[in-house]
Amino acid sequence: MAHEHKLEIFRGLLKFKSNVTKIWGVLIVLSIVTAVEVVLGIYKPESLTENTFIRMKLLNWIFIILTIFKAYYITWDFMHMRDEVKGLRRAVVWTGVFLILYLVFILLTEGDYIFNVYDTGFQSWDF
Amino acid sequence: MDATVTNTTSEGKTWGGGNKPLKASYGKLMMWFFIVSDGLSFSGFLAAYGFSRFKFIDSWPIADEVFTHVPFFHGNYPMIYVAFMTFVLIMSSVTMVLAVDAGHHMKKTKVIWYMFFTIIGGAIFVGSQAWEWATFIKGDYGAVETKGGKILQFLDAETGKRVALADFATTLPSERVGHERKNGIWYDSEGALPSYTIEEIKAGFAANSNLLIRTQTLTEKGEKTILSRDESLLRLNRDAVAVVEGANLIHNEYGTPLFADFFFFITGFHGFHVFSGVIINLIIFFNVILGTYERRGHYEMVEKVGLYWHFVDLVWVFVFTFFYLV
Repeated sequence: MAHEHKLEIFRGLLKFKSNVTKIWGVLIVLSIVTAVEVVLGIYKPESLTENTFIRMKLLNWIFIILTIFKAYYITWDFMHMRDEVKGLRRAVVWTGVFLILYLVFILLTEGDYIFNVYDTGFQSWDF
Repeated sequence: MDATVTNTTSEGKTWGGGNKPLKASYGKLMMWFFIVSDGLSFSGFLAAYGFSRFKFIDSWPIADEVFTHVPFFHGNYPMIYVAFMTFVLIMSSVTMVLAVDAGHHMKKTKVIWYMFFTIIGGAIFVGSQAWEWATFIKGDYGAVETKGGKILQFLDAETGKRVALADFATTLPSERVGHERKNGIWYDSEGALPSYTIEEIKAGFAANSNLLIRTQTLTEKGEKTILSRDESLLRLNRDAVAVVEGANLIHNEYGTPLFADFFFFITGFHGFHVFSGVIINLIIFFNVILGTYERRGHYEMVEKVGLYWHFVDLVWVFVFTFFYLV
């Protein structure tokens, strides 16, 4: 059985000789990203917690982007999505991405609305 | 004429199951479909968590202050243990993908060893999860709950550090006994009583002038609001109705009960996935040892459980971010 693996990550920036070395390479990438997340989570630099983008702290944006970065490498290299055909890749990824973005958007909007109702109402909730 | 005949025969093959447009076997495709739908379940839970958090955005517990323990060590180590768990899971994902790779090369012994390490990693993760739950349920410092269901926590005015109930509560003679089923209606009973009554906490608080109260409300800087001594006394004596130690589905000493509910639900559902992943991996592991896939001529079953196992890791990456980091 032939199992072709694409052995490049970072769009060809990093090339591996075999699938096994690629796996270890991806592990190193994922470990570094996790370490960065933990360090940022412990120290919480003020420049990142005080500035916001679309009403969310920069630090939280960084966490979310790094998470998606990790998810990409887990799916692409550990689950071999890189080696699957375009049709399978799109059927799996875009279905999830579209539905999740939609759900997150409506639920967070609704949650924010309810927060405002609690916040600006005449009723006290803190008693 | 010839062309028409060729068309019909190839048409027949296309719909007869001989054609694989996605170049993946039936089993792998079904695993991918399952992963998509299971991923949607998890994102539903996490989005619901986001909903509740946005609803109480100014009073949500700070995860760093909740998950601070490491087994066998005393002290305050936020994030360290969860980071360790994340690393264990990523590591077991690596051994899994190495097992899949060894399977492609039909190296049975290597598959066995890598699957063995994967199972060990999974077991460590589930064990850690159980320990996290136990620590969370047992509680840390203890707190009191107000009439409105808000949590008031205690801290030392000088050091700014949290103070446990046991450190300042006085002991008052009390005749309060737990209500049991046998003493009333059969469905009406209460759990174990907290170690202290609210009167003991109030008396102890009044006697220790260095104590302050911390409310759930977050300041501009994202820290918990600390009341002055006078406000603290007023708040405690006017509003506090119950002592809370630890967390369950109804009361939660760390803050809003919703936080505990989502913690139990999401990490529980994920932990259940890891547990079932370990069981499935074990089954495949024994099949590999027995030589089932050697006889079959390929190790695709290892690849399929591998997909599931990586998915569990993938979900954990998101749970880690949204529960512990953000």
